[in-house]
Amino acid sequence: MKHRSFFWFVLPSAVAMLLFIFFPIISVIVQSLHTEHEQVIRTVESCDLFGCKETTTIDQEATAALRAEKPLGQFAGLTTYLDRNHLAVDEVAMTWGSAESLRDFGTQMLNLPFYKAMGFTLTFTFVVTPLVIILGFIIAIAVNSATKMIRGPLIFFSLLPMMITPLVGALILFWMVDARGIIGTTLQQLAGDPDLSVKASTPLMWIMLMVYGVWHSAPFAFIVYYAGLQTVNKDTLEAARVDGANRWLQIRHVVIPHLLPLTTFIALMQLMDNFRVFEPIVSFSANAHATSLSWAIFNDLGGETRQLSSAAATSVLTILGIAILLSPVLVRTWRDFDRK
Amino acid sequence: MSDTAQSQPVIITTQPDKAGRQPIIITTLVVTVLAIWMLLAAFPFIWTLWGSFKVEGDFFSKADWTNALTGPLTTIETGGPFTGAGYHGAWVQEEFWRAAMNSLIVCFFVVTISLTLGTLGGYALARSTYRYAFWFLLAALIFRAMPPITLVSGYLPVFFQWNLWGHTATTIIVLVAINQPFTLWMLHSFFKNIPAELDESAMVDGCTRFQAFRNVIIPVMWPGVITTGLFSFLLAYNDFAVTAMLLSKENQTMIPKVASFLGTTQTKGNVMFAVSSVVSVTAPLFLMIMFFQRQIVGGLTAGAVKG
Repeated sequence: MKHRSFFWFVLPSAVAMLLFIFFPIISVIVQSLHTEHEQVIRTVESCDLFGCKETTTIDQEATAALRAEKPLGQFAGLTTYLDRNHLAVDEVAMTWGSAESLRDFGTQMLNLPFYKAMGFTLTFTFVVTPLVIILGFIIAIAVNSATKMIRGPLIFFSLLPMMITPLVGALILFWMVDARGIIGTTLQQLAGDPDLSVKASTPLMWIMLMVYGVWHSAPFAFIVYYAGLQTVNKDTLEAARVDGANRWLQIRHVVIPHLLPLTTFIALMQLMDNFRVFEPIVSFSANAHATSLSWAIFNDLGGETRQLSSAAATSVLTILGIAILLSPVLVRTWRDFDRK
Repeated sequence: MSDTAQSQPVIITTQPDKAGRQPIIITTLVVTVLAIWMLLAAFPFIWTLWGSFKVEGDFFSKADWTNALTGPLTTIETGGPFTGAGYHGAWVQEEFWRAAMNSLIVCFFVVTISLTLGTLGGYALARSTYRYAFWFLLAALIFRAMPPITLVSGYLPVFFQWNLWGHTATTIIVLVAINQPFTLWMLHSFFKNIPAELDESAMVDGCTRFQAFRNVIIPVMWPGVITTGLFSFLLAYNDFAVTAMLLSKENQTMIPKVASFLGTTQTKGNVMFAVSSVVSVTAPLFLMIMFFQRQIVGGLTAGAVKG
């Protein structure tokens, strides 16, 4: 295809991505280096019968004018990154000095908002992704062994948890886990503790969020593996069977190697999607127990006081996290392409 | 290697195929796994659908979970075992229909615009043999990895500045852009499957590139476009981060509206509004999966199988 026609064909889509994905990333970086203007304070000397006093007032007009003139705010360098709500350098150094053990240090770190969000996001990503792959694989094998007739309905119901809006899916589970919901009351009976509440317990909340994560994403792994199973070489399977391989050995030596490339694909997609975990935290109103990086940004942006710089700094740190997470994959894709 | 391949048919014909006969343990195992998974996947939805026609006291029943099935309190409060009070409250009283209309508008425009941009771009990417096409796709993959909420924090200062915030049109364009990387990847792999000889022969006959695209490619591209369109629709329909942050209250779509029920009405004891609106949001998705199951499965696996 000629350069010229390529250019015109991709132009609309390139402009859209440039304007609304690339520039916002730049804008986020710039914004994170600035903070809002402080209010302009004017000192007025007022004299009365008892002598002269200096009073300070906020000059609303001057503040508004300044903010309108330079909407970005004042240049702040890396201060937003280093403050208590982000990397919290001072606090970390202090904790490191005073903590008695590594465990103590870890617990104290989780009280800092950024590390709390980071801790949950990473745990969620690295617990949910492997579980999704394993569960998806098991379901795919099971559905593939079912008779052809019922496979259609099986796939239909399997797709539901993934296709339903994440916020809505999480809400549905949340209502069932509620202390008065069906799963909640069952748990109370099983534990023999009538006051047991998922909402009130941090470990239970974490487990619940991850259960939701696996429930939501397992269908994706399932459907990819299921499609892969349809292309397993029947001859190789037959050969393995003739050579005396039992069902497990067939799976181990024929099916799994065949599905391995798909696993890379699922893992890549899952890492990307789990790292942005957000909706379940809103649905479960879990923010007292677990926050994620995306939730922290959302929280900064919402509400009466929009803390744009703080949100921007967290966004930049999130993007860096994703870059680190994906770098092995990107390097590999690039090498593969280079070899071609 | 070729030796075994040749001897294969002989073995299959001489030995009876054992594949049909499964040991009883394996059959039980498969049935158990499937039963548990079906319960996990389908039960929450059925439960919520059923419960949405009850009053709160029954849907959340601490005394006895069977209350949610039989609905004794619903009978006492409303005179029948089923009530549409939750739906009435959400759709009429809280004006959920407005959010539904907004969702419809947003989804329609997001799907049409992303497909228009995506088919043009995807086609060019599939046909170009130059290195920059690869770089373009790689950049799109990186953009795909950006959580939408990080981008939103980049939009807000600018949108406030230029008074773009709150409008449906802004949100539509933003969702189209966020959708582009995925749309491009998907359509690119679909166009790769359409033989290049098709449009090249048209160009030999004197068509320009665009005429070849219009007259030869467009008529055969619909299966791929429908599948991609389904996913664009899902992205726009399911989005919460962008719509919640960028739309003003009167332009709100369904998902942020459901979320707003949680903040305000839950305290008023109207959690059933949220339950019924959740069912209302789920119903169209149900129908969509039912009718387009084949396309969805095909679309989900297209990227994986081709790498």
